[in-house]
Amino acid sequence: MGAGPTPGKITQTSTATRGAIGESTLRPDGTLKVTGEFAYSSDLWHEDMLWGFTLRSPHAHAEIRSVDTAEALAVPGVHAVMTHDDLPAATHYGLEIKDQPVLAKDRVRYHGEAVAIVAADHPETARRAAAKIKVEYAELPPVVDEATATAADAPVLHPGRADHHAGHVPHPNIVHRQPVRRGDVIAARTRADVVVRRDYEVGMQDQAFLGPESGLAVPAEDGGVDLYIATQWLHVDRDQLAPVLGLPADKVRLTLSGVGGAFGAREDLSMQAHACLLALRTGRPVKIVYNRYESFFGHVHRHPAKLTYEHGATRDGQLLYVQCRIVLDGGAYASSSPAVVGNAASLAIGPYVVDHVDVEAIALYSNNPPCGAMRGFGAVQACFAYEAQMDAVAAELGMDPVEFRQRNAMSQGAVMPTGQLVDSPAPVAELLRRVKALPMPPERQWLTADDSTDVRALPGGLSNTTHGEGVVRGVGYAVGIKNVGFSEGFDDYSTARIRLEVINGEPVALVHTAMAEVGQGGVTVHAQIARTELGVSQVTILPADTQVGSAGSTSASRQTYMTGGAVRHTCQAVREEVLRRGRERSGSYHPAWATAELLLEGGKVVTDGGEVIGDLAEIVGEEPIELELEFRHRPTEPFDLETGQGFGHVQYSFCAHRAVVEVDTELGLVKVIELAAAQDVGKALNPLSVVGQIQGGSTQGLGLAVMEEIVVSDGARVRNPSFTDYLIPTILDTPTIPVDVLELADDHAPYGLRGVGEAPTLSSTPAVVAAVRAATGLPLKRVPIRPEHLTGT
Amino acid sequence: MRVNFTVNGRPQQADDVWEGESLLYVLRERMGLPGSKNACEQGECGSCTVRLDNVPVCACLVAAGQAEGRDVVTVEGLAEFAERRDATAPGGPEQGSGTGLDEARRWQPGPGGSTPLAPVQQAFIDAGAVQCGFCTPGLLVAADELLERNPEPSDADIREALSGNLCRCTGYEKILDAVRLAAARTGEEG
Repeated sequence: MGAGPTPGKITQTSTATRGAIGESTLRPDGTLKVTGEFAYSSDLWHEDMLWGFTLRSPHAHAEIRSVDTAEALAVPGVHAVMTHDDLPAATHYGLEIKDQPVLAKDRVRYHGEAVAIVAADHPETARRAAAKIKVEYAELPPVVDEATATAADAPVLHPGRADHHAGHVPHPNIVHRQPVRRGDVIAARTRADVVVRRDYEVGMQDQAFLGPESGLAVPAEDGGVDLYIATQWLHVDRDQLAPVLGLPADKVRLTLSGVGGAFGAREDLSMQAHACLLALRTGRPVKIVYNRYESFFGHVHRHPAKLTYEHGATRDGQLLYVQCRIVLDGGAYASSSPAVVGNAASLAIGPYVVDHVDVEAIALYSNNPPCGAMRGFGAVQACFAYEAQMDAVAAELGMDPVEFRQRNAMSQGAVMPTGQLVDSPAPVAELLRRVKALPMPPERQWLTADDSTDVRALPGGLSNTTHGEGVVRGVGYAVGIKNVGFSEGFDDYSTARIRLEVINGEPVALVHTAMAEVGQGGVTVHAQIARTELGVSQVTILPADTQVGSAGSTSASRQTYMTGGAVRHTCQAVREEVLRRGRERSGSYHPAWATAELLLEGGKVVTDGGEVIGDLAEIVGEEPIELELEFRHRPTEPFDLETGQGFGHVQYSFCAHRAVVEVDTELGLVKVIELAAAQDVGKALNPLSVVGQIQGGSTQGLGLAVMEEIVVSDGARVRNPSFTDYLIPTILDTPTIPVDVLELADDHAPYGLRGVGEAPTLSSTPAVVAAVRAATGLPLKRVPIRPEHLTGT
Repeated sequence: MRVNFTVNGRPQQADDVWEGESLLYVLRERMGLPGSKNACEQGECGSCTVRLDNVPVCACLVAAGQAEGRDVVTVEGLAEFAERRDATAPGGPEQGSGTGLDEARRWQPGPGGSTPLAPVQQAFIDAGAVQCGFCTPGLLVAADELLERNPEPSDADIREALSGNLCRCTGYEKILDAVRLAAARTGEEG
């Protein structure tokens, strides 16, 4: 039998001077990940384990007339086949609106919707049995866009809505609508010297994490279930699962297994309920692993969007007003569409000061694939459009596009269109200055030393499509604004349990949280914080599970702020207990115990002057200190439903990009030569990881600019659910990504840090597209850019 | 059917293999070697890259039967393979199927295996080339093979050699750093 490391503890010992915050610290799970020992959710195995498989709808919109499972059940090796009729309790779930059927009942609303599930002793047996389930469908006309969603005779996709957005939306096929209004756009328009009004479109992007949806559900003797799962938020998975399984929450126990990336795609449930249902039905452990094809149907995507923007400015380059309308296609089920709408609306005009604003953002219900969270979450779509507009207005004015942005850039003290004061650094102009000041990559960089051509450096690359003929260069800039943390009044908190004990004479900190480590490096940061706050060298990170309080989601760039904040907060309380004990026992021996400024460093209690007055291991002794505490960021409030006014966001983060591209104008091929980024991170707790986040996020934005799109056509069917047809950047597509990190503290946040993960995904896309526009002179109002957009063919 | 082949230097036998099973499935589910990853199972992402008679291949595209009588190196055997690059390596993995939960629960971090990491493995850790790590095993096998035949690769050489391995987390910059670092360290030693 194979051995495996997780779920298990990860201990990392470091000398006192290494591995504190601010230092580039190596991952505690790094060795496991390079030796192949790290157990991802798809690697788990259990004796007597069965394999689950999901039968999915081939139609985007259809009535289910009948389902016959008899033939599938008769297949040797099949242990269970379940349909909607076999569900034991709640039949729907959802992050905010519980509109997602566990298994479709009498209607399917998107191509790939789950209809039945099978458990068998071999994955191929399960797949073949599922193919023997007879489902009789009667196809219905699909809702595919705003026009078909809101037409007079449009089918209502979710009749009888009772969610809290239903009362204020103009049509039942609109999930949520959020206007943001400030100033007087109509009056401002009369004063504008230059007006630019354009339509933009953003295609449907996929998160395309590499580790497919997977997990192992093990039925427990107490009638409950243990689920080993790759997710972004264990507790919200549990809270959605328990009603579906008809179990109390404490009988649904989740443990995080290795997660192969997330990027938003693991916020919603995928196979969790199906695996648990089959496990409870058969009394056997059940593993489900999606293959790549099924993964494209198994999670929500980034909302495709149609955006109309009108910008007005004075001749000297002052933005007067912005009016815009953003239509996001949420697909068949709500997922996180309402929050995506809130982000798109409140961040719609970008990091600029504009006094007169009129924004409307909506998300549709349609029969397209469900869309929800993806890195950038509503701000990506808006950024593509407003940055294209900034270039267009600058061009109308005859101004340099960077100067025009800097002229209108917000800074600390600015007021958002929502009325929210920006009360921490917002170095928008400075970030632009930094990327602009970088030296340019050399011209004709494909020429080698002996003056021959390295085709690998040209558009088309190894396909050897050009030797430089018809290749033109362009440079483009963009900057974006992203909120950090959960917004609009959500009670956003995280929990950390810290145990300080003495093992073999050494003080050791055990950190237990439910934070989903999805690759971002939260486990590294937690250990750094514990070392810093407790002055220990050895920190053990316990597996994330539901036996400790919620950590909230690994999304919204929030985990370093929130669970990092919780670890820090709890460590500080543990430190206070150490000092209390120390004072109690030794206070009379040294006057320094009475002073407030005592630190824990190198396993000792030291004064701020560096004098050692106590030993941590001695003070803790045989009585470990253990505390579990919650940490909250400052409260926010919902946006007003008519005006969008409100203190809606916790924190903002900013990133700027300069893209240098080369375009083969004859074949319509783009090669990004360099994608420079500058970002303010407040405080880089782990500089190595921060740079990795910025480079990774920038690359996903590059993908949206020039290649990534789920193509949905012919009756709302997904046409390219594979890595053969849905392209993500390879190492040949990805350029050098120099990163300039600013650290301007946000005094509201732990250590002054600012969430990092998402901002680079925003501005990367419009910077690349601006560069392609500069190279070609084409308007390019849609991403991803396809070759035919460049060749006009 | 039965398949006999060598995995990480040790003769292995897989029984009851269904003819449609891939080498990847047999390694992961029958040999207890889940290090080779199942990210796309259609030869596009390179996460399942192994050496088959020394040639890097996507294990998902190799039918299990095609491995009969041949020599396979996976990420689990990479350190040992790198250490004894020119020797016949005895020893090998334990038999089994996937990661046993009971064993996983009992797992404790130890002082590390008897074999030190291959230079490319250590370089991936040190350069920050690992985030979620799902692409890492395939990249390591591919990068190790590159450095074996080209100890001083240019950036263009690295990009070409790794162009069949998708990574979604890193933006590849730190993967390039890691390969450069491994090459530099190996060069210093040599």
